Amino acid sequence: MEVTRTKVGGSADLRVRQLRAQQMLRGDLPDDELQDYVEQRLLLSKFEDAQNWARKNALWPLGFGLACCAIEMITTIGSPRNDLARFGAEAIRFSPRQADLLILSGRVSIKMAPVIRRIYDQMLEPKYVISMGACASSAGMFNNYALVAGADKFLPIDVYVPGCPPRPEALIYGINKLQAKVVQDPSLGWREQYGSAGTEEVSDKEAGAAGRSRDAASEARTHA
Amino acid sequence: MPDATGLELLAQRVRENVAQDAVVDTVHHRGQATLDVSRARVREVLCYLHGSDEEPYEILASLHGCDYLPAEPRLGVHYQLLSMARQERLGVRTRMSIDEACVPTVTDLFPTADFQEREVYDFFGVEFEGHPDLRRILMPEDYEGHPQRRDFPIGGEPVLFTHNEHELPRWYE
Amino acid sequence: MSSDRTELPDPTAIPYREREQSITVDSTTHTLPDSELEPETELLTINIGPHHPATHGVLRLLTTLEGEVVRNVKPIIGYVHTGIEKSCEDQEYWKVIPFVERMDYLSYYFNAQAFCMAVEGLLDEDVPRRAEYLRVIHLELNRIASHLFWLGTAALDIGAMSMLWWALRERDYILDLFEMSSGQRLHTRYFQVGGVIEDIPPGFETKVREFLALMPSRIDQYEALLDRNEIWLQRMRNTGIVPRERLLELGVTGPLLRAAGEPWDLRKAMPYSVYDEFEFSIPVGTVGDNYDRYRVRLAEMRESIRIVSQALDGLPEGPFITGNRKVALPPRHELATSMEALIHHFKLVTEGFRVPPGEFYAPIESPRGELGCFVLADGSAKPARVHMRDPSFVNLQSLKEMGEGSYLADFIACVAMLDPILGGVDR
Repeated sequence: MEVTRTKVGGSADLRVRQLRAQQMLRGDLPDDELQDYVEQRLLLSKFEDAQNWARKNALWPLGFGLACCAIEMITTIGSPRNDLARFGAEAIRFSPRQADLLILSGRVSIKMAPVIRRIYDQMLEPKYVISMGACASSAGMFNNYALVAGADKFLPIDVYVPGCPPRPEALIYGINKLQAKVVQDPSLGWREQYGSAGTEEVSDKEAGAAGRSRDAASEARTHA
Repeated sequence: MPDATGLELLAQRVRENVAQDAVVDTVHHRGQATLDVSRARVREVLCYLHGSDEEPYEILASLHGCDYLPAEPRLGVHYQLLSMARQERLGVRTRMSIDEACVPTVTDLFPTADFQEREVYDFFGVEFEGHPDLRRILMPEDYEGHPQRRDFPIGGEPVLFTHNEHELPRWYE
Repeated sequence: MSSDRTELPDPTAIPYREREQSITVDSTTHTLPDSELEPETELLTINIGPHHPATHGVLRLLTTLEGEVVRNVKPIIGYVHTGIEKSCEDQEYWKVIPFVERMDYLSYYFNAQAFCMAVEGLLDEDVPRRAEYLRVIHLELNRIASHLFWLGTAALDIGAMSMLWWALRERDYILDLFEMSSGQRLHTRYFQVGGVIEDIPPGFETKVREFLALMPSRIDQYEALLDRNEIWLQRMRNTGIVPRERLLELGVTGPLLRAAGEPWDLRKAMPYSVYDEFEFSIPVGTVGDNYDRYRVRLAEMRESIRIVSQALDGLPEGPFITGNRKVALPPRHELATSMEALIHHFKLVTEGFRVPPGEFYAPIESPRGELGCFVLADGSAKPARVHMRDPSFVNLQSLKEMGEGSYLADFIACVAMLDPILGGVDR
């Protein structure tokens, strides 16, 4: 069977096509009541919208806890009062190959940073990162030799949740914000900004060159 | 804790049984007793206190280091001893300068000193002769420097305010 | 190639940066007992962690396995090392309290208590009785919360997943109580040098009593599920036994030592605070296996309930923080009328109080063992050295003895029953 995909241009065009598709079955069904029944239950949308809706309601967190924020994260996921399962995120998987949401909870020390990066690289696209707590977003209260001041030094982060530790309700709010972001368009945000189409390992030389070319590009943007 | 007289008697017994120059000082402050011991004799004193004294202390509760900068001698290693039978604690302290920062290990007397001596080595640079596995324990093993010395910079990033945020390169990101 | 059974390959002999890429597979020939098979086997060194579903934090274990049997374990820690002790030297004494609370992040009140006891010892400061009672109430509630979280995650490691939901449900009640008294669920900064920061609000006592009334039946439910459960017994009984003398040599304290038969609890043996005014017993095990550790902790929860209800019954009236204005902030209503109060407030907030030079080591009984705080004061407003003798750090040394010769699954159960909190281990 041949399948052709054409890009739908604009929302007006989409609405017209939706109505036309809904009318497609008219006359085919033997009964008027059956006709109405089917028409009321048929929902048509863009494929990407449906895909994003499915993705947002089935975010699987990676079980990753570093320090005190991990306790609040486990409380959010596991406690009967704040239950993350109602947002579809119950299936907490401990293998990065099977998860798509990395909730970085806790302080990132210099010994742990390469490990986190490696685990992040092992996750499959599309993947999202929530930086939970003050220590993962910036250095938190520990501005010293032993911590990486914020995980966004080596990871692209989608949502920052402040707090020390953030309340479970705050984490759920952060996850809701991430869901809103996923529904809109997963390609928004850091990927556009850094011009990266995925994550690849780069050697030091290439990283230096890439950083310098990006600097030049951003400088051109700001000075222009 | 042994009271002040008990501490003096203990110091006397240590001087008699170990060496005259072993005990440098006795401190009884706020109800806690501390023996200041010279670096060369610290292992013998601990050996004596562990088994041979008439009031032995069998448990090593804590082993930690301290940097007394600017007071000399600079580095200190503290041993907190505990006797469960008599519910008493005693602190044994030895001071050394940076140049001769090595002490014999006590892991054969108190196996609990294993990780704790590694921590003192990691953070202060005190070498423990005879330790089975003297590596860094909390910092990455190829880290340079001993972080908890007082002259080691605390590190971290400068806090950005509006008046100095332009100084950091790529501050707009 | 044949080698002696006692010679195990040392994974730490490989240079640090190359360890990840190297897997040591050594072929040794020796016979397993009671085996008619060919005397040939291989030793495999694998890496458990630092990210692993069964670790309580980021603990990395280099395990040398022979088949399913663990032959050697080398724990590698430091993955959440935050340099808290170094940061503390840069802060005033009352600013150190939030730092120190985040070390052993499941028993935060205990960290604060140890530090406050050390500084009060240096200052020779008396804590009013009401403050001591309030401290004991919060400490014992925190002990129950810590044991509940341990129970939930340990059962999750073994596979009894419903325990996690139940334990977290009760823990939420306790966190509500903490939120009622101090405004924050975790890391509350409630204990201050000289007392507590604020008196308990009206209604707190009623809520605590409600919780205490419902808790024993909940513990009965946990016991009904796990105590005589066939799977639990098979996994826990006679696994991870370390003899009592060896534990004493290794410096292990807390429920691990009590499960092995040594009745050593600092609350009873060398009482601090007002613990000698309460009537409670300390549960002691007999064999020292994982099952005893589980039973000891459950019984400790019951004892903590007793202590809290006695403390509530005997809660005296009085100030909740010391009246020494040089150490504690004056109450706010005085700032409008008294000039001295204003000056004291200003001095305390900007510079902090000064502590005369000296050293103090204050040990307390935390849910994991002996938690000691060593403070070296040099006369200024900032401590010169703060060191926590963390129980998890010292208890971790016994993991090797627990694991040697046991199956891998039993070893994971040992890690769960050891209850390490890596924030305390790494500080």
